[in-house]
Amino acid sequence: MRGSYGPANPRDRAVCMTNCPTLIVTVGLPARGKTYISKKLTRYLNWIGVPTKVFNVGQYRRECVKIYKSFEFFRPDNEEGLKIRRQCATTALNDVREYLSVEGGQVAVFDATNTTRERRATIMKFAEQNGFKVFFVESVCEDPDVIAENIVQVKLDSPDYIHTDTEEAVEDFMKRIKCYESSYQPLDENLDKELSYIKVIDVGRRYLVNRVLDHIQSRIVYYLMNIHITPRSIYLSRHGESDLNIKGRIGGDSGLSDRGREYAMKLRKYIQEQNIKELKVWTSQMKRTIQTAESLGVPYEQWKALNEIDAGMCEEMMYEEIQKNFPVEFALRDQDKYRYRYPKGESYEDLVQRLEPVIMELERQENVLVICHQAVMRCLLAYFLDKTADELPYLQCPLHTVLKLTPVAYGCKVESIYLGVDSVNTHRNRPENVMAQRSTEDALQTVPAHF
Amino acid sequence: MEPVQLEPRRRRRCDSPASVPQFCNSPTMLVMVGLPARGKTYISKKLTRYLNWIGVPTKVFNVGQYRRQAVTTYKNFEFFKPDNEEAMKIRKACASAALKDVATYFSKEQGQVAVFDATNTTRERRAIILSFANERGYKVFFVESICEDPEIIAENIKQVKFGSPDYADRDCEEAMVDFIQRIDCYRASYMPIDDEKDRNLSYIKIFDVGSRYLVNRVQDHIQSRIVYYLMNIHVTPRSIYLSRHGESELNLLGRIGGDSGLSPRGQKYANALATFITNQNINDLKVWTSHMKRTIQTAETLAVPYEQWKALNEIDAGVCEEMTYEEIQEHFPEEFALRDQDKYRYRYPKGESYEDLVQRLEPVIMELERQENVLVVCHQAVMRCLLAYFLDKPAGELPYLRCPLHTVLKLTPVAYGCKVESFYLNVEAVNTHRDRPGNVDVSRNPQEALQTVPDHV
Repeated sequence: MRGSYGPANPRDRAVCMTNCPTLIVTVGLPARGKTYISKKLTRYLNWIGVPTKVFNVGQYRRECVKIYKSFEFFRPDNEEGLKIRRQCATTALNDVREYLSVEGGQVAVFDATNTTRERRATIMKFAEQNGFKVFFVESVCEDPDVIAENIVQVKLDSPDYIHTDTEEAVEDFMKRIKCYESSYQPLDENLDKELSYIKVIDVGRRYLVNRVLDHIQSRIVYYLMNIHITPRSIYLSRHGESDLNIKGRIGGDSGLSDRGREYAMKLRKYIQEQNIKELKVWTSQMKRTIQTAESLGVPYEQWKALNEIDAGMCEEMMYEEIQKNFPVEFALRDQDKYRYRYPKGESYEDLVQRLEPVIMELERQENVLVICHQAVMRCLLAYFLDKTADELPYLQCPLHTVLKLTPVAYGCKVESIYLGVDSVNTHRNRPENVMAQRSTEDALQTVPAHF
Repeated sequence: MEPVQLEPRRRRRCDSPASVPQFCNSPTMLVMVGLPARGKTYISKKLTRYLNWIGVPTKVFNVGQYRRQAVTTYKNFEFFKPDNEEAMKIRKACASAALKDVATYFSKEQGQVAVFDATNTTRERRAIILSFANERGYKVFFVESICEDPEIIAENIKQVKFGSPDYADRDCEEAMVDFIQRIDCYRASYMPIDDEKDRNLSYIKIFDVGSRYLVNRVQDHIQSRIVYYLMNIHVTPRSIYLSRHGESELNLLGRIGGDSGLSPRGQKYANALATFITNQNINDLKVWTSHMKRTIQTAETLAVPYEQWKALNEIDAGVCEEMTYEEIQEHFPEEFALRDQDKYRYRYPKGESYEDLVQRLEPVIMELERQENVLVVCHQAVMRCLLAYFLDKPAGELPYLRCPLHTVLKLTPVAYGCKVESFYLNVEAVNTHRDRPGNVDVSRNPQEALQTVPDHV
């Protein structure tokens, strides 16, 4: 039975996320986390398969006004500045229209302060003319510690302040914020009661949600309500080397090899040395991850959703056998590894869908160690490192290596820790020749060595 | 968490509590807040049904019911007057009795969530509940429903109050007048949750049946799931149509699973379904299928756009795929018996359990809640799971719910539950329902094992 692809056209997908494109509009004073939220939301939506892009008006401004002098540019009485800023917003909106109407984008995040009713009215008119739904995301925060931390994390490294020393930069930025404060009109419960929005108050302590219109807005609200900024680290690791790994066979449910067990012990030592506060440990429901976790001597939770990709009819085969028995399928997989579904099995695309609740819970949690599998780890890694669907199935996730991910600024710091225990290599690169009529040699060109 | 047994992974049951992620470590009290006729009991029951379905043991404690047991005959609204000392005493006692039962549910009955369904409109009452919970280490999450739309309130009263035991002997007009006065008794002393004074509490305020929400201090996963659920449900009248695919080629052969096409009778059913749907004259109907041929072929005949959900695929029977029950008995007699022992939790080797199905169907349920009129064309096990959700059937009954071929179930939410109408579209089909046999012992003989297998070619 031939393998199948997930639908190529995003609109044919399982659930129609949106009938018309959605314009997410951020609202809030500077240093309230708008860009953080914009980037994170965009990363999440793209990962779950909703083409999304951020349009940061500040960037447009930096392209227009090559050198940033000082906060005075943002003074409300600076007519020249206002003209430029208005122009930048218009240019950005034009690009939004291009993205949503022409390039097949489904969600555009319009990342700017948008602090006046006037500016928001302009945006809504634009959206109406183009048939886009609008959803506002306002971030309200008056905690000086949070604001100061924001400035340190992301403003000091901004191109605007690259030649300014820290103290000066902070001072200038505070004055910049002041420029916006007097004209700031937050979304109003009464005046704006017909609009769709979420107000995030004090970094998520409180939310006000108004008129959620459709599925995508509901998912966005759910996501925003689950993320937090408490410092923490996520540790990703595969199970220790398994008996089937050694034989070069994919899938199955074998136990650890001797070296795999050694890795589990090393992992235990590593975790203890890291001295992690309140670490949660998650595994799949397959023997090799459970055995790995058992060696840690701490409680762990099993998720079926973390099980390795189901290779269907190719389960427990070597690549050589797959080539022998299903040469066409083997080639099709190389042509589109992300969407290709093993006959009676799964695709990476399916994996992402079943891993979504894991990602959501990872967002809620703090320090977590996830012991999983190669394809699963690639999907999780792609989410945290914002890798595209094309890159995802080829991400390097070798055995016996822990990846420590620590959110920082707008992204994620990655540290790779090889725990010094030998193992087979299970990474198979995309071969040159992906045509169905290719020779066996060509097909097996990139298969890693095994017994 | 106990370590799991490390034997072959043909695990039949999820014995270890570690097999599903821990939703909550300490028990949670959901405390409803709001004037009468604001949908508190509706929300309580619906939420409870959802939580139980996803595997979180939940129970409603409705103080009104305790009151009806204490004061067997309801006279009139005067019972609720704020100056009625006698009645106040009784009402306080009822609330205490209910709280006591909550404690028992958590400590002795392995409950995880208790929904405390009462008006709880005064700060004083809520302080008592908070103190009760704090003493015992329960988390508290408030759900307040605020609504001043007179039409909605009148509709609520009609839908659920007239049928209440309180008004069994009264005519509608009398009942309406009395109930409105009852609401007024609460109004004077109603202190909504205060965004300032109560800023350290965890709560969600629902305004005007969901047009707006205020969410404060969500503490953990279960509260986050509850908030998500509450934000997705609505009360707009609509119907959900559940149907299996038309009879398939493998159905005819008595084989389970697989991905075969429709038999001629199955195709006939698809045509009949198209006619039925047209005649129902449904407003804006969405049609959903699985990724399997037989549901897609069924939907194709309807000649309307449809969406395919992989999550709606039939339960994966793993190594038993495409076998007849006779063959399963021949090749895997022990597995066959284990399945009969605990059909809900039993997982086919390299396959799935009903319990797994529920987990993968949860997003479907969430989207069904968001939608209005939907026709879901799916499969036997899948339909049983969906039906169990709507009709509040427990895990023990779920795998044996009757979902015959060629029959449409029309579910219409009404009052606190769901009305079910069954439409057999008059196209014959094999029976695929296998009841639990008398003998589920591993030592049973083939005859006993195959006692309840339905006929096939």
